[in-house]
Amino acid sequence: MNAATLPETVESGAAGRRRRGRTAGRSTARLVVTEAKLFVRDPLGSFFAVIFPAALLLVLGSAMPGFDEPSADIGGRKPVEFYLPIILAMAIGTVALVSLLNVLAADREKGVLRRLSTTPVSPVRLLVAQLAVNVAALLVGSALALLGGWLVFGIEARPNVPGLLAAFVLGSASMVALALLLAAFTPTSRAAMGIGSLVYYPMLFAAGVWTPGPMMPEAVRRVADFTPLGAASQALQDTWTGDWPQPLHLAVLVGCTALFGALAAKLFRWS
Amino acid sequence: MTVIEVSNLQKRYGDQVAVRDVSFEVRAGEIFGIVGPNGSGKTTTVECLTGLRRADGGMIRVLGLDPARDRAELRRQVGIQLQESHLPDRLKVWEALDLYSSFYPEPADWRALMAELGLTAKRNTVFAKLSGGQKQRLSVALALVGNPRIAVLDELTTGLDPQARRDTWQLVREVRDRGVTVVLVTHFMDEAERLCDRLAVVRAGEVVAIDTPAELVARADVPGVARPTLEDAVLALTGPTASTPN
Repeated sequence: MNAATLPETVESGAAGRRRRGRTAGRSTARLVVTEAKLFVRDPLGSFFAVIFPAALLLVLGSAMPGFDEPSADIGGRKPVEFYLPIILAMAIGTVALVSLLNVLAADREKGVLRRLSTTPVSPVRLLVAQLAVNVAALLVGSALALLGGWLVFGIEARPNVPGLLAAFVLGSASMVALALLLAAFTPTSRAAMGIGSLVYYPMLFAAGVWTPGPMMPEAVRRVADFTPLGAASQALQDTWTGDWPQPLHLAVLVGCTALFGALAAKLFRWS
Repeated sequence: MTVIEVSNLQKRYGDQVAVRDVSFEVRAGEIFGIVGPNGSGKTTTVECLTGLRRADGGMIRVLGLDPARDRAELRRQVGIQLQESHLPDRLKVWEALDLYSSFYPEPADWRALMAELGLTAKRNTVFAKLSGGQKQRLSVALALVGNPRIAVLDELTTGLDPQARRDTWQLVREVRDRGVTVVLVTHFMDEAERLCDRLAVVRAGEVVAIDTPAELVARADVPGVARPTLEDAVLALTGPTASTPN
């Protein structure tokens, strides 16, 4: 606590760099742990991101008549099989447009980012920590949904694994970029929730949450192809049944990620 | 020894001139106050000298560092408490201190700091459940957790009740007694009078006087007031009828 013991000049050379490197590693780890605690303490956010996908699948599967039985209309397959990749798309959309968007907007509104910018730590590292925690929640939520589908409904699938992973990663990237762009526009967390749901529900519609698989009208599908979550959902559905994703869907996902990401980087203000 | 040197600082926001011409020096170990009416450029001045904003003109040196160029190094040595900056609602007191101490290469012992600021009983309380005074004390603790050589405190006691204000003043004295130089921005004259060794009086983006509170009162020329207070003295310097400085 004695100022006189502090170094008078900037520490230079290898020792200083090493020490600063250690501080950076320690503070990043501490930021991730802190963000994870805050995520778990927000009951609504953690429910939507982690439990909701599996819960929706189980509720629909057991409540909708014929959802769990082979149907002649769709080639003798179960509707729930079509629904699983759509649930994954919904999980991506929910984490990005509900959990991530709200934490970003709340931190900025409350001056958390401003407070952080008075320390040697860049707010970018807080963003990285929040992304890490939300991606982890997305992975857990998706795994629970897959597990539920497998254990409860005995869904068997022969997915195209590389294609599925590509669709999942690109779909997540495009929706995270969209969330960052929306966060750049919204000054308060109330506004973020409003704009978030204004985008969230049409995105779920485009993903086929209400019109799964072959039930989506052709005209709607053509529009949905050009939305990030619609394209992600189509690509997930294609790869779920063993096909490769269509180039159009991959192009839409890459294009959205680049466009939204660039705009967000240009517009985002830290305070 | 001079630890902060500001000369001819200028800052505009569009057409609006926030800081026209501000110069002052802060010596090691003193409590230096910046006072003036709202909108006179106090906060913009400290934001420039802490590197949160880039000045349009003039020269700033803080511990020999240029705030615009050496931001990261400056922040290791200067603790800053800002108005209207908060923490996440669900973050606990000990977690905030633990987290912020991890940002610095040679942090203070945050448990000792928590005890000194009377927050130990609240260590497991989340930020949203703290009273105004407790939030303010935590905010001061976070500004000190990096073991800074300079602490910049902006409108420290706004919104606090009288007892909490006096407790906070005591805290600022204790911070100074540890050898930390304090820059205090305030518009409360009783606070400035009791705490500050020297004051810069700012009006419309310009410094109109720099002196000890006692000298400012002694020099005050307030017509019709026999024994002017510091508030009278500062109002005479900054009020609408005050003569333009030259």
